[in-house]
Amino acid sequence: MITAERKPLEELIEYVKPYKRILLLGCNECVTVCAAGGRKEVGLLASGLHMAMLKAGSSIEIREHTLERQCDPEYVEELVPMIDQAEAVMSMACGCGVQQLAMRFKDKPVFPAVNTKFMGASERQGVWAERCQGCGNCMLGETGGICPIARCAKQLMNGPCGGSANGRCEIGEDVDCAWQLIWDRLKALGREESFVEITPAKDWRAGGGSGPRKIIREDLAE
Amino acid sequence: MEKFEPVIVAFCCHYCAYTAADMAGSQRLPYPANVKIIRVPCSGKVDALHLVRAFEKGADGVYVAGCLEGDCHFKNGNLRAARRIEYVKNYLEEIGIEGERLQMVHVSAGMGQRFAEVASEITEKIRELGPSPIKTAAGASGAAVC
Repeated sequence: MITAERKPLEELIEYVKPYKRILLLGCNECVTVCAAGGRKEVGLLASGLHMAMLKAGSSIEIREHTLERQCDPEYVEELVPMIDQAEAVMSMACGCGVQQLAMRFKDKPVFPAVNTKFMGASERQGVWAERCQGCGNCMLGETGGICPIARCAKQLMNGPCGGSANGRCEIGEDVDCAWQLIWDRLKALGREESFVEITPAKDWRAGGGSGPRKIIREDLAE
Repeated sequence: MEKFEPVIVAFCCHYCAYTAADMAGSQRLPYPANVKIIRVPCSGKVDALHLVRAFEKGADGVYVAGCLEGDCHFKNGNLRAARRIEYVKNYLEEIGIEGERLQMVHVSAGMGQRFAEVASEITEKIRELGPSPIKTAAGASGAAVC
């Protein structure tokens, strides 16, 4: 999922200060799962903004709404009947959702309420960790299902480096050495030969190195 | 000046604090009428949204009363509630409300006396803190709290 964290309230207040009526939008997808921008977080933020504005001697009317998905135009269309009543929109979706809104409602200021972080997985309740950087050419098949792009600080193709000690990375004691994990996993699978094979330098063009990426499925595209 | 009477919301677990409140009543133990009790199936059921909304709707203080450590009917709901309260305290500070207006307390079903004491202690503490800054600001500007 795409993970996100709410921005500091102070920053959000600066965004909405000039307005009296805003539409606060959540998203039912990734940001709901990582507890950053779902219906509940929309309620919490609306309450917080309302109280903070009152405390500052001002007031604000906040309409709360959560879309099934903010990154799909079909769902964004649902906002048409309510958008005119708002002077500005604040989105708790990831950056994709915010941009989808800004593109659809060109005359409305749209502000992000969260900082989009990374593509990650849940390690346990309340903990999310980066697992994918969308490099465009997945090599998990060769690395025992552990990604050296997302999980090695140096994104080494042939690790580990000299900074690996006791299974930990030199950048922090709580960071696993991805290449140690890869070795352990390949060994457990009896696939050590994959480890010794030299992987050539990666072509980063597939990972955004040659500009914004797009997928076009001719059979689906209209 | 008129004495400030705080509005305090107490989310009480059905298995402990709510029964303790009942016991305080049957023992004729007085505790301040400022405390408005909301019965919940477990303190872990109390969501951050319930706590924040309580302040938004005019509470001067809020507390969650759960079972003693290790005694939760649902294993660890009280511990989850305690962690959630720490989170909400920080959020309240961000909003500009003193975090100490929100508290977690632990009582067992048999602690009627303790329940009455906690209710009095918290009421006194909130009375010392004064009205919620949200209410004060809303009153000064003539705006409605909610």
